[in-house]
Amino acid sequence: MPKPRSYQTEAIIIKKTKLGEADRILTFYTPHLGKIQAVAKGVRRPRSKMAGHLELLTHSLVSLARGRNLDTVTGCQTINSFLLLKSDLRLASYGLYATELVNQFTADHIENYPLFQLLLETMHRLCQSSNNELTLRYFELQLLNEVGYRPQLQQCVSCHLPLEPTTNSFSPSAGGVLCPNCSQSQPLAYPLSVNGLKVLRLLQSSDYSTAEKLKMNPELAGELEGLMRNYLKYLLEREIKSAAWLDSLKEQTKETALLQE
Amino acid sequence: MNEGFTPTTDAVSKLIQELNKLPGIGPKSAQRLAYYLLRTPEEQTKLLAETILSVKQKVTLCSVCFNVTESNPCAICGSDRRDRGKICIVEQPQDILALEHTKIYNGLYHVLHGAISPTEGVGTGDIKIDELMKRLQDGSINEVILATNTNLEGEQTAMYLNKLISPLGIRVTHLARGLPFGTELEYADDVTLTRALEGRQEF
Repeated sequence: MPKPRSYQTEAIIIKKTKLGEADRILTFYTPHLGKIQAVAKGVRRPRSKMAGHLELLTHSLVSLARGRNLDTVTGCQTINSFLLLKSDLRLASYGLYATELVNQFTADHIENYPLFQLLLETMHRLCQSSNNELTLRYFELQLLNEVGYRPQLQQCVSCHLPLEPTTNSFSPSAGGVLCPNCSQSQPLAYPLSVNGLKVLRLLQSSDYSTAEKLKMNPELAGELEGLMRNYLKYLLEREIKSAAWLDSLKEQTKETALLQE
Repeated sequence: MNEGFTPTTDAVSKLIQELNKLPGIGPKSAQRLAYYLLRTPEEQTKLLAETILSVKQKVTLCSVCFNVTESNPCAICGSDRRDRGKICIVEQPQDILALEHTKIYNGLYHVLHGAISPTEGVGTGDIKIDELMKRLQDGSINEVILATNTNLEGEQTAMYLNKLISPLGIRVTHLARGLPFGTELEYADDVTLTRALEGRQEF
């Protein structure tokens, strides 16, 4: 049976690129079609009926018409505009970081419904939760679960013995934790504290309502952020562009906090 | 049959190649333009060539506001009829054209040449923010109008600038958000409608 010429899907807009005079190529993450790209015609004109529904970090219902190369957006309606997320500099940056990771870790046209749910829920959580760092770490670990890079946190990846409650190491290239003995032969491993490992295990295998109750001190939060960042960077084999921006934003907040003291 | 025969001469194919590099010009359009130029009288092509060259040679960026200009400082920065207490921040030089066309604004401008875009790797150092902050230091500016685009990147840039500028005690405003003239309400998106309702005015 031939595919219908037009179809409709929910989508989160995760990337946009300019095309020609007034068009855009948009990247959608959808529940059942995975990542798809489509052309939206005329959305850079001020009177475009679709532009507002096709902004980054928006959850929309889009109608598409099949094209030879790329599909074309024929209509759209916002489901959730995440206004709260968009009107806060920090939250918007967190949201963009999440969408960038989804974009980098997925290939076109591969359905991954749990990942769609995860992204959508993360955007909701960022709007509600006060502990955004925790929300992001939870998102990162769950994302790795979904895309097949779940790090080994239960036993040493090299000797397969259970991990002792001491400072172990995390090795991005080995994809998990190394015990002190094995880490000596691995130069590119980062120290991982006992509490750090506990938090990672909890985030990796529990649901969000449990993970949410966790409290991290700034030191621990910093350790885990650095560790996850290194692991993600190793897997992607490239810099995460929005992470650099998050860092500079954090640096600035620190400076202003110092000034106010 | 046609061994070793090229359908066009080198000069023409070179011209097609060069035209092809322009934005929005594909191979066929480039061909059409090249053959059109071949047919036009020499004076006209000369004029075109000279204009293109002179644009590259004469036009620079204004050292104050970074608009494109032939004189430095540009006509707006150098004018004594403009209100020197206001600066309007825009993303690109074309935005100034649009704003000037309204003939309502009488202050100065500052062109950022881009907007913060975390996913594209455009940070604060890549656009003219430091230059703007330097302009604000001498205390002669009493209002900064943020006129960045109303998409996510533009909004992020505006929020960031607000954070930097408002501690200096300078009034920071941004252009009203709402429905564009000539549109139908039923097609408006949530963000626009929310902002339009929030910013409603006495009739």
